Amino acid sequence: MLLIDCPWCGPRDDEEFHYGGEAHILRPRDAAALSDEAFADYLFMQQNPKGPHLERWSHNHGCRRWFNMLRNTATNEILEIYPMGEKPKTEAGQAAYAANWRRETAAEKNALSGEGS
Amino acid sequence: MYRQLRQPGSSNREWAMNTPVNSGGNSGMRGLRGGKQRYSILSLARNALSHHENWQRAWRAPELKPAYDVVIVGAGGHGLATAYYLASRHGIRNIAVIDKGWLGGGNTGRNTTIIRSNYLWDESAAIYEHSMKLWEGLSQELNFNTMFSQRGVLTLAHSEHELREMTRRVEAIRLNGIDSDVLNPAQIKQTVPIIDTDPRLRYPVMGGFIQRRGGTARHDAVAWGYARAADDMGVDIIQNCAVTGFLIQDGVVKGVETEKGTVRAGKVACVVAGHAGVVADMAGFRLPITSRPLQALVSEPIKPILDVVIMSNAVHMYVSQSDKGEIVLGAGADAYNGYTQRGSLTVPEGMLAAAVELFPVFSRLQMLRSWGGIVDTCPDASPVISKTPVSNLYFNCGWGTGGFKATPGSGHVFADLIARDAPNKIAAPFTLDRFSGGYLIDEHGAAGVAH
Ligand SMILES: Cc1cc2nc3c(=O)[nH]c(=O)nc-3n(C[C@H](O)[C@H](O)[C@H](O)COP(=O)(O)OP(=O)(O)OC[C@H]3O[C@@H](n4cnc5c(N)ncnc54)[C@H](O)[C@@H]3O)c2cc1C
Ligand SMILES: [Zn+2]
Repeated sequence: MLLIDCPWCGPRDDEEFHYGGEAHILRPRDAAALSDEAFADYLFMQQNPKGPHLERWSHNHGCRRWFNMLRNTATNEILEIYPMGEKPKTEAGQAAYAANWRRETAAEKNALSGEGS
Repeated sequence: MYRQLRQPGSSNREWAMNTPVNSGGNSGMRGLRGGKQRYSILSLARNALSHHENWQRAWRAPELKPAYDVVIVGAGGHGLATAYYLASRHGIRNIAVIDKGWLGGGNTGRNTTIIRSNYLWDESAAIYEHSMKLWEGLSQELNFNTMFSQRGVLTLAHSEHELREMTRRVEAIRLNGIDSDVLNPAQIKQTVPIIDTDPRLRYPVMGGFIQRRGGTARHDAVAWGYARAADDMGVDIIQNCAVTGFLIQDGVVKGVETEKGTVRAGKVACVVAGHAGVVADMAGFRLPITSRPLQALVSEPIKPILDVVIMSNAVHMYVSQSDKGEIVLGAGADAYNGYTQRGSLTVPEGMLAAAVELFPVFSRLQMLRSWGGIVDTCPDASPVISKTPVSNLYFNCGWGTGGFKATPGSGHVFADLIARDAPNKIAAPFTLDRFSGGYLIDEHGAAGVAH
């Protein structure tokens, strides 16, 4: 059981929230250019760490807004809550982001291709 | 690479059920063949004379050797069964089974022990029924009473739609040669007198289906029976020794790093359930698996009132009465990933509310213990029994909330995969590349409730 500090509503029981799984999975722009294996990385493979995990939550039975959260899956300690569309700011959050195998996948590179142009 | 589109219980029926997988071997290959004392009514009487103080140890506590032909990571039921079948069916005996805790202390010792083979798809029918057939002779084969009890597993339907869907599933199951019967509420009331079939309930009992060959077994006894029989053939079971990494050279596994030092191995097989993702990460590849706590609880022992297993997907409850008299209740998995091995209190709370509505006599039960285990769930609710991107490294995982029933079959086909480096017909559909090939085995309907 978690006490989650919704950025808009304050601390609430986890029953009010919906878990949205791993955060920062980018949808490939040109999926047809990916191999089946590379697309499976995007679609099925999971970052399933025992430790800090970046994940999405929505306050379903409250303000219905989404946000990102860094939680230690071994202790349930909530380490950081930050807005959708942003990257984690704590050291632990940045380390978890960088250590994810997804950063090196063709699927993520495909998703980021053309960005900034 | 198209594979034929499937109709449950039709196209592949012959293929699924007549799969020529040698499950028995010659009977001389089975069971205890080393120097172990056999358990029997006579040995019980003999040991009674010495106040049961001279029973032989069931397995040794060997030192870890520097090298083995096969290292199995994880001494749960599946890992121990794998070792037993490697030794008894394939003659490979230079094996270590290494566990970070005590043997059977993972999900094997935490589950609600429901056994059934009434799955929808042919691929699942083949592996779960293969397992059921092995269960039916297991106590004799291992010379260990696994307390396998085919008391029947009755799954309830609580809406018109659920009943129709269930009836369709029953037809598919029967086409695979597996027993299943639809029951109406009156028949259910007759089978389970303590159930409330009042149609005004929030989740009324509209009907159900029963697999009479389904039932339960004693979870610890399954781990102990396989451990004793594997040990008897020379398998080293190493407890309290976590595997911390792999030796991998040019894409080939050469051994494992452990808390007790490095062990070289010709082949390494991982059967670590909830920790599959963590261990795959050590080997440098990923899995389509999420790990979450799943909970169960037992009551104080009471007189016999329930002689079948009852499951309900809609209220997410499964219940049976153990031979000791405890009411064993299983709840759902947490809604979010976790390794805390306890889970949220709201989950059993919701399940108990539904259980008390269906079984009003439960309202005065005192609960003795509750606990959690970390279950490894695949997106299609089917397991992974597979080679991996690393040569000679095999994984058996993803059984999620329902792998106890598969313990014998899973160990049997996994041993075959390890020995031959190729999956047999039963294991072949469960390879890891189904997630890139697209041939998922979607069992969310049959595995919908956690058991
Ligand atoms: C509450 C609950 C109820 C359930 N109910 C049912 C049911 O009714 N019917 C059913 O069919 N299934 C049920 N299941 C599922 C079933 O328990 C599992 O699918 C099955 O027991 C898995 O067996 P296993 O041998 O693969 O895993 P486990 O028994 O979990 O064994 C894995 C072993 O790997 C070890 N390990 C992990 N990491 C390492 C490492 N790094 N180094 C060394 N060792 C390691 C662990 O210590 C553990 O002993 C239930 C599960 C739970 C939690
Ligand atoms: Zn809110």
